[in-house]
Amino acid sequence: MTTPVVVTGIGVLAPNGLGAADYWAATLKGHNGIGRITRFDPSPYPARLAGEVPGFVAREHLPSRLIPQTDHMTRLALVAAEWALADAGVRPDELAEFEMGVITASASGGFEFGQNELRNLWSKGSRYVSAYQSFAWFYAVNTGQISIRHGMRGPGSVVVSDQAGGLDAVGQARRQIRNGSKLIVSGGVDGSICPWGWVAHLATGRLSTSDEPDRAYLPFDTEARGHVPGEGGALLILEDAEAARIRGARSVYGEIAGYGATFDPKPGSDRERGPRRAIELALTDAAMEPGEIDVVFADAAAMPERDRIEAAAITAVFGPRAVPVTAPKTMVGRLCSGAASLDIAAALLSIRDGVVPPTTNVSLSVEYELDLVLTKPRASVVRAALVVACGHGGFNSAVVVRAPR
Amino acid sequence: MRRRVVITGVGVLAPGGVGVKEFWSLLSDGRTATRTITFFDPSPFRSRVAAEIDFAPAAHGLSQQEIRRMDRAAQLAVVATRAAVGDSGVELTELDPCRVGTAIGSAVGATMGLEEEYRVVSDDGRLELVDHEYVVPHLYNHFVPSSFAAEIAWAVGAEGPAIVVSTGCTSGLDSVGHACELIRDGSVDVMIAGATDAPISPITVACFDAIKATTPRNDDAEHASRPFDGTRNGFVLGEGAAVFVLEDMDSAQRRNAHIYAEIAGFAARCNAFHMTGLRPDGRELAEAVRVALDEARMSAEDIDYVNAHGSGTKQNDRHETAAFKRSLGEHAYRTPVSSIKSMIGHSLGAIGSIEIAASVLAIEHNVVPPTANLHTPEPECDLDYVPITAREWHTDTVLTVGSGFGGFQSAMVLTRAGRSTS
Repeated sequence: MTTPVVVTGIGVLAPNGLGAADYWAATLKGHNGIGRITRFDPSPYPARLAGEVPGFVAREHLPSRLIPQTDHMTRLALVAAEWALADAGVRPDELAEFEMGVITASASGGFEFGQNELRNLWSKGSRYVSAYQSFAWFYAVNTGQISIRHGMRGPGSVVVSDQAGGLDAVGQARRQIRNGSKLIVSGGVDGSICPWGWVAHLATGRLSTSDEPDRAYLPFDTEARGHVPGEGGALLILEDAEAARIRGARSVYGEIAGYGATFDPKPGSDRERGPRRAIELALTDAAMEPGEIDVVFADAAAMPERDRIEAAAITAVFGPRAVPVTAPKTMVGRLCSGAASLDIAAALLSIRDGVVPPTTNVSLSVEYELDLVLTKPRASVVRAALVVACGHGGFNSAVVVRAPR
Repeated sequence: MRRRVVITGVGVLAPGGVGVKEFWSLLSDGRTATRTITFFDPSPFRSRVAAEIDFAPAAHGLSQQEIRRMDRAAQLAVVATRAAVGDSGVELTELDPCRVGTAIGSAVGATMGLEEEYRVVSDDGRLELVDHEYVVPHLYNHFVPSSFAAEIAWAVGAEGPAIVVSTGCTSGLDSVGHACELIRDGSVDVMIAGATDAPISPITVACFDAIKATTPRNDDAEHASRPFDGTRNGFVLGEGAAVFVLEDMDSAQRRNAHIYAEIAGFAARCNAFHMTGLRPDGRELAEAVRVALDEARMSAEDIDYVNAHGSGTKQNDRHETAAFKRSLGEHAYRTPVSSIKSMIGHSLGAIGSIEIAASVLAIEHNVVPPTANLHTPEPECDLDYVPITAREWHTDTVLTVGSGFGGFQSAMVLTRAGRSTS
């Protein structure tokens, strides 16, 4: 019998809310956090909308010595970790240092920091490159900085699988808890809203070029024309259920009950793509039947081909219109490796409050046999939720979260 | 009963020679592959030495299209993957593709490709609002290095879990450790696991210059990497890839595969101290060693050889020596310890996997590779570092470790197949 791994704390920084409470309230109200890019002048580019975390002033949340050595997304991540620990009521100095770890997902590292230093190097010379460049941009930076800030000396890791990373980090964190760790900070907080990051996103040909925040990101809609990138995400406190009980954890949001991951066949292959099997693996891992899932949080690529594959996978596993499906990321955009852990947070809050958040702005295409929760939240008992995430290139992951027992 | 994980295929591309045979020949001869940087004009930089690979991707079967879309690090990894799969003799097409996974370590991803593209779209740094009209279609693959895992999965037709593990300089140990856990818990039957990095580019050289982490010994490039030596003054940047085929021991034995070694134990710990600094006492690395030994159900005395991180920086070699004493006790003085970075430099995230390759070859040949360029002992580094010359040494069990920026500390125990009792 393996130990249940539970989530006891949530830290969120999202384009439509700072903190889990604000994010959740905004999400249930259908508040859209997507807008015209403010961090640089987007007018030369064919896509100009993003989900930026508003009102975040790093100096209000972090010691000043951390500011020059961190990228924007690392600052967001440090604050998310702090809020998640506070939410869980964890005082790291009261726990055994080697039993606490940090496992995060990253997509492109501290890319804005990296752009500045590349610019210094090529426009001024090597002596102008920051002493912090050696670590401030690399993929491992968030795990390193969080472990240092909170004295966590247990397992540390970083996974990169694009948009699927937020689930893969949680899957790996659960494995480390089963191996004996008591607490792992996990999930993803990401972002690369800088000109150099923006042109990399543009290169995919998958960005929406709309200038209307309510019309730009429309998964499962006949008008689906690509997505809007965003920044932020969620970090979660995962604990061994027994350890959480012993330390007197004040709330348990739910259990990470199942996890599965697959990779798509090579492009051009006629073999089925991987999302269906990832969902089935997660259900099997949770020892649950499809009928026990009360809501699916979709990846929601908003590219017709990807939407079709995902809808077909959901329909194949659950049956036509047999399970409520939602994609509240229409209100924040796709947050790289931060997206999926934010969806886990939303799924856990759905369980807590008995409500499924809406997929805003979308008119469901008749092509899809999905019960997509549109426009307004739907009151519903949620005992278990499935979260799906698909990363660029063929990464498919799924997580089942279940109400605390 | 827990599944046991073995290495049945090895592919290595390291400075000084492409392929396992050339790699081992360099190490066992104690030759060095460090030289003055040739990839770009190094004259503006403080450290102008590196360990470069003479690598022609087309000669290794990569198509023009693959060469165009892949960063050098991905190219190295794909070539190493094909070599490893060929070496193992495993017939991947006979397996359920969903039971074959991919885990690739890389510290800095497609940093070379990114820098080249940045120069184009920014007009060498003149434009802050970089020009999207000049963007190559595969830029996103450089931007998010999970593309490395994708390339490898495509190369072998794997459809199981695929991931890039990026924990700085321990990436190459952590990716293999991760792969091992996936086989043990039954998620997959076969893993293609390893690591790659190709960081020898101006931005990487500049960032290590800025903190004086790399050596300024530019007048003696061949002998610039001096782990554990009293005159050491920084590491030498390298590049490379090593990829392994990992299987559960029962299936490997059923198909009569050649088994290089069993991965008996692995652990990764954070030092939670400083992004680039190390506490001199080596406490967290020692803890990783202790946990890895525990997982292997072995004691310090079972270790025949320690393949050290041995980067050649003042602080690392001191830190690591202290960690070995702390975790292995008196046995630390009796067991040979060596650093192959003295010969092939430090390829950041790749080196952990390259050092796993050196470790399994030490078991295979009963030979311990030396620490080249070690002439001047110093009091803080007082273990048996196998200076200059390789040593014939009965080697059943190897401890290999890594330590890096971000505070990551990892340890792995590899043992001759059939020896472990776990």
